[in-house]
Parts: sequence; structure tokens; C-alpha cells
Amino acid sequence: MADLRSTFAGIASPNPFWLASAPPTDKAYNIARAFKAGWGGVVWKTLGEDPPIVNTSSRYGAVSYNGVRMAAFSNIELITDRPLQINLDEIKQIKRDWPNRAVVVSLMVPCTEESWKAILARVEETGCDGVELNFGCPHGMSERNMGAAVGQVPDYVEMVTRWCKQHTRMPVIVKLTPNVTDILAPAAAAQRGGADGVSLINTVQSITGVDLDLMAPEPVVDGRGTHGGLCGPAIKPIALRMVADIARAMPGLPVSGIGGIAVWRDAAEFIALGASNVQVCTAAMHHGFKIVEDMIDGLANWMDSKDYQTIDQVRGRAVPNYVHWSDLNLNYQIVARIDQNLCIKCGLCHIGCEDTSHQAIAALRVDGERRYEVIDAECVGCNLCMLACPVDGCITMVRQDTGAAVVTWADHPNNPLGKERAA
Amino acid sequence: MTDIGDITAARLGAEQLAVNFADAHPPLLPAQAVVEANRCYFCHDAPCIEACPTGIDIPSFIRKIATGNLRGSAQTILDANILGGSCARVCPTEELCERACVHTAQESKPIQIGALQRHATDWLMDLGIAPFDRAAPTGRRIAVVGAGPAGLACAHGLARHGHDVTIFEARTKPGGLTEYGIAAYKVADDFAQREVGFILSIGGVTIEHGKALGRDITLDALRRDFDAVFMGLGQTGVKALGLAGEDMAGVRDAIDFIAELRQTPKDRVAVGRRVVVIGGGNTAIDAATQARRLGAEDVTIVYRRGPEQMTATDDEQAWAQTNNVRIRHWAAPTRLLGGQTVTGVEFARTKMDAAGRLTLTEETFMLPADMVLKAIGQSFEPIDGLPALRDGRIEVNADRLTSLPGVFAGGDCVAGADLTVAAVQDGKLAAAAIHRLLCG
Repeated sequence: MADLRSTFAGIASPNPFWLASAPPTDKAYNIARAFKAGWGGVVWKTLGEDPPIVNTSSRYGAVSYNGVRMAAFSNIELITDRPLQINLDEIKQIKRDWPNRAVVVSLMVPCTEESWKAILARVEETGCDGVELNFGCPHGMSERNMGAAVGQVPDYVEMVTRWCKQHTRMPVIVKLTPNVTDILAPAAAAQRGGADGVSLINTVQSITGVDLDLMAPEPVVDGRGTHGGLCGPAIKPIALRMVADIARAMPGLPVSGIGGIAVWRDAAEFIALGASNVQVCTAAMHHGFKIVEDMIDGLANWMDSKDYQTIDQVRGRAVPNYVHWSDLNLNYQIVARIDQNLCIKCGLCHIGCEDTSHQAIAALRVDGERRYEVIDAECVGCNLCMLACPVDGCITMVRQDTGAAVVTWADHPNNPLGKERAA
Repeated sequence: MTDIGDITAARLGAEQLAVNFADAHPPLLPAQAVVEANRCYFCHDAPCIEACPTGIDIPSFIRKIATGNLRGSAQTILDANILGGSCARVCPTEELCERACVHTAQESKPIQIGALQRHATDWLMDLGIAPFDRAAPTGRRIAVVGAGPAGLACAHGLARHGHDVTIFEARTKPGGLTEYGIAAYKVADDFAQREVGFILSIGGVTIEHGKALGRDITLDALRRDFDAVFMGLGQTGVKALGLAGEDMAGVRDAIDFIAELRQTPKDRVAVGRRVVVIGGGNTAIDAATQARRLGAEDVTIVYRRGPEQMTATDDEQAWAQTNNVRIRHWAAPTRLLGGQTVTGVEFARTKMDAAGRLTLTEETFMLPADMVLKAIGQSFEPIDGLPALRDGRIEVNADRLTSLPGVFAGGDCVAGADLTVAAVQDGKLAAAAIHRLLCG
């Protein structure tokens, strides 16, 4: 059986599945239940200075898609609304009760060195394994110059990270906001400040929907709404890209992957793109902590099937294949192939191609029977039909042997810069 | 031993009868409807549309259920088929739209198109929404003979165009087979009459009851007094077994038994203890199953050919068997037993001969019966002065025009599938053709 033990930013846990700093990790009661269910670690919901913040009633919104609930999820909740000392006492107890699990504490205090120094000292006393600096919270706290307000300014990220490294012996993880143009800038800043690792992504600024009766954004608080932070399955592609960007540009910087991870396969994908472990929130809020059971044995079974013995053997394996567009082979040619024996005649391949793409799938009637056929000469190999087809394996994209050598944009005759260079 | 014939009403208590004749297939709950609607792939050139005789845009109405646009969904259905509510209940969907559904090919589990259609149409009808406006009156008058599905569909189509329609109906209630010829639990809660009311609410249509063609009115007179005529006469003839003793007490036509069940309180409908139903269509199924549900102890359908040849659908056969109706194949009645009252039926086993013809064998068996229901088919009964016939029914062209100018026909009195949905299409096409004829 594969060894799922993982180490991130020097913090060991029995498996790579952590609960992200969020409502599921707000107090000892929940976390004890999570550890009983098998989670490898938690990031305690963000602590701040007393007096605690106040949360609204009506905090979450969600996007249902074709009957699937919580395809995306959002919240306007702030950091913990419990007094600091209660949280610290509980952290200490939890770590004592569950010594082999990772317990990291998320922090967010005003942007002064004194504030950070003060809280770090108190957190260190709990015996926790590390701290995660919440530079990502996109609502409520950012208006108070905390959270994303810091994370969006690389200089601040570097400064605060440096303070923290100076004032604690604990590993310091910097949680990054995706609400930036270039994720590499804050990631590099964190690295310059001495961060032991980064975790990403925090939530994406969003409005999940509009209540058309109240004419107010959701979630609605007494007739009004505000933007929240989006998470859940819908944001996984955004997160994967940002994790991969960092893994490619800063190979030495440990990454904890966050964003829409719901099943073991999601985790395997984040790890393949460079993450050392993953953090989960929405899936647990949707289905409870028990989902970790499938995550653990699903990942292990997959690793066994591929002969991977350790997480490290998987980590970053897809990163070398994550390249810039200009490094793609422009002579690579595929065309769609429809397995007529599997085709159920839904016509989705045809109508998508006909209406919106390349008119490369003919809708025929042969002896009265519907038949959809690829017109090879028109097919550009875009994948649309394969993606729309509801039958697994019915449409495949088959490589055409053009005999042409690999050509990237740099060497392509249509590239004006290439011509200049040649001239 | 005295032969008294064990036929009586109220074999079951009123409560049990109410349960037995309630809606056999209750409607989808709203949440179920949305889940089911979301399964639909919204196919291009969807096979289900082609399989529907009225060509309802099924993917569109289902998508509208998924998006919460029930008003638009019902409108899409009713625009193609104004009797979409009863078709949702009585259509053999497993042989039409649902057989064609691509999910059938993919996973043998089609979208429940009929149930979704009922969901949308019930929603609209329960709210009393009138989905169509009547165009400005044209002053044109059309006679429709028969207030069954074909006649109602034609009348509604004409009324939408602003024409005035008079329907002549022999029976005391409108609805045709939906009111008189379908098992009660398929159209529970007086649905047939509610649907007629819904259809007629467009205005411009009057029904004259007790008017039968050839008895109270003539085609010549209708052609003289109206701008056009549509005939939805149905099939009023019932085929006989051709055996001695068909007039014995206890022997009756299944279609009459079904009609009585629809027009009489269930505890006043008499049924035998042992019932034999002869025939292989949905009428046989409806009669046999309802006999069981009235409290008959032993009900057997006997059909002269095999299960594949039965016109009753597989689902209908299974439904009968679920109701503890026994189905015996490959046997034909040779003798009705009894004196004044029937006591049983003698059957000869049948087989296909080398030439593919059905033949009787020497082997016989007897089924005791207090009641014998004949369900071997109905026929069109021509009367004098009708347009040209073909194969015993009125011949029509693609517009449902007969050999007589201005006279159209549809439903079971013309050739084609004897289905409610096919009758609706006939009426719809005839209405469009009549409108073109009068105003084109």
C-alpha cells in the first residue's frame, strides 16, 4: 500500500488531507470529529485580536448547476468570532490529544509588527505545528486593511512574512489570494520574506447570484448583499493554474493546494502540479468529514495502480509538461473519431460544431437512421465534440501522422518576430 | 348443480375501491421533475420528437421544466398537442418518445417524458391558465362530428384562428375514448372533463350532445350549413367472436364494461368472480385489470397469438400481470359454455402453420367463467353518404381531406394507429388545412 505520509513546510501529517482554515476548523469540537474521521491535519480558523469580530446571520451562498448543489459555494463570514484565549486553550488541548496530526493556526491581525509579534508569542505557547498568515480573505477584513488588502500588495506580504519569521520559531505559511493579476508576485514576496511555504488559493471575489424577488445579491442579509469569497468545485481550475505557475517558477517553494478539492483525484491533480498536500473545505461542508475515507484509500489505490510508493514520487510530476503556449507543438494534429457502435444519436457533437465551431460533423440519415460523421478536412481537433458527447469513449481524438516535425511558435513561419529573426 | 352465475357489484368495500381506482401513476413531485428534467441531453434533431405523432418539441419543454419555466414548458407541449394532458397519461410512451430517447440506447433508462409532460400540463391547468388567445372572429363556421380527441383538437385549432365551431356529439358527455374508453385509474379525478373544459375555454366552440351522424344529422346538411366539416367519428362497431351464445348473460363487450366503469360509481359495477377476457389489445388489459380491481378473484386474458403479437404494450402486459391477471397465449375460443348464463369458455390451442397462418389444433381446454369480456377489436361502422373508404375506414390525404371537398376526417375512423395522440395530430392537421382552405 502506498505511503500517504506527507510533509509540507516541515510539518508532517499521516496523510496529505488537511481541512482548510474555515468554519469546519473553528473550534475543538469540530476538529476532534475531523481527526476521528481520519483527516491528516487542520488549519485552525483564523484568529485575530480581541475583541472578536462579529459575523452576520446569512453567511453562505451557492451556485447549483443542472440540479447539482454547491457546484460553487461562497461565504461572507469573517475570521473567528470567539475570544482569542478560548481558541488558544482549545488548540493546546487538541494538539495534546492528537499529537500525530498537523495543527496549524491561521492568523490575521493589523498590519503592525507589534500586533504580529504579540499574537505569535501566544500561539506558539499552544504547541501547534505552524502558522498560516491569512493574506487572502477577500471580504470584510480587507476593508479593514487586513486579509487580501495585504495579500494584494507584494511589499506588504514580504514585510509581514519577515516579521513573523523573526518573531517565531514555527514554520510560517503564507496563504495567497487569487484576486490578483499575477500570482507569482505575492508568492515571490512570501519567499523573499522567508516563508516556509505558501497555500493557495483563498476564495475568489464573487456574487453567487441575485435574489430576483428581493433584487439583492446573495447571500442576502436583511435585504442587502455584499461580495463574498467563492470556493468549491467550480474554482478548482483557477487554483490548479495558480499552483502550477508557482511550482514552475519557484520549484523550491513548498505549496499547499486549495480550491475545489472534493475527491482523491482532485488531490492527485494538485500534487502532480506541485502541491505537497491539499486543504479541503467546501466538500466537507457539503457532505461531512467522512469523505476523507474515500480520499485516503482512493489516492492510495490509485498510487498503487501506478506504482507510486510515496507522495513525493507524485509531487510535481506534471509540472514539466505545464509549458507556455509558445512551447506547444503547432504541427500536432488530431481529429475526432466517432465510434458508431457507441453513438446514441443525441446529435450534440454535430450541433455544437455546426453552430459554434467548424462545421466538421455531418448530420446524415442512412436508411432513415441518424448518423453523425466527422468531416476530417474541416476538423481542427478542438475537442468540443468529445467534451460534449455524453457517452464515455464514444468520441476520441486521434493523432494524425502528418510526418511534420515539431514546430513551436518561435519557429513558425507566421510568427512576425520569427521572420525578423530569420531576416 | 345449479348454474347461477356469480356476478355481483361491491365485491370490495368503498374504501378499497377508491384506492384501486385512484391515479395508478401519481404525478412527479416538483423536485423529482427537476432531477428528471436535468437528465435530458437536449438532443439535436431529437429522436423523441420524431417518435411523437404530434411532434412535440420534447427537449425544449423538458429544458423549461429544468429552468423553472413551467409556463413556457406547458405552452410548448400544448402548442403541438392541445390534449397533452391526456396524452401524458394514456400514451404508450414506452413505444413512442421514450423508446426513441437516447438514454434508452445508452442505459435502458429513458427520460420519463410522459411523466414530465404531465408535470408541466397539470401545473398550467391547475392554475387555470388559458395558454392561447382566440384570433378575431372570421365568421366562418365549421361542423365537427364527434367530441373525441380528434374532434376536440380540430375544434381548438380552428377556434384559435377565430373560426366558429359546432361539435355534434352522440353521447351525453364530450371526450370520446378519454371519457369512455380508458381505464379509470389512468385518467383519475375526472381528468377527461377537466381537460375538455380547458380546451373549450378558448371560446368559439359549442357542443350539441345527442346528435349522431346518420340519425340526427346528415353529412349533406352539414356540408350545406357549414363552411367545412371535420369527422372524428371513432369506431363504434365491436367485433363479435362469431360463436353461438354471445347473447348469454355474463358475456359482454369489454368496451362497454370499461365505459360503465367510467360512468358509474365503482361499487355499483357488477363483475364476475371468475372473468375471462378474450383479446390482446389495451382494451383487454384495461378490462381485465379493472375487473381484478373491482374484486374479481380470478381473471384470465386469453389471446390467440404470442406476447410479441399482442397490441397491448409490454408495459401494459406487465401491468396486468402485476395486478394478478393471468395472460394465456396461443389459444382461441371455440365454444361458449352455459345456458342462459355463461359458465365457461372452451379454447383450442393455436399454432402457426408452415405458411405462417394461425391454425387451431385439436387440443382444447376449458376455463370456467362467470363473466366473459370480448376485446377482440373495434371496427368502423360506415353509414350512407360517407366519403370514399379504404380498408373499411375513411380515406384521407396528408391534410386529412376526404374524397369530398371541404370534408375532413381523423382519429380512429381513418386508417392509422388507433392512439389518442394520433387522433390529436389528425385534428390538428385538419384544422390547419381547413384554415388554409377558408382563409388561405
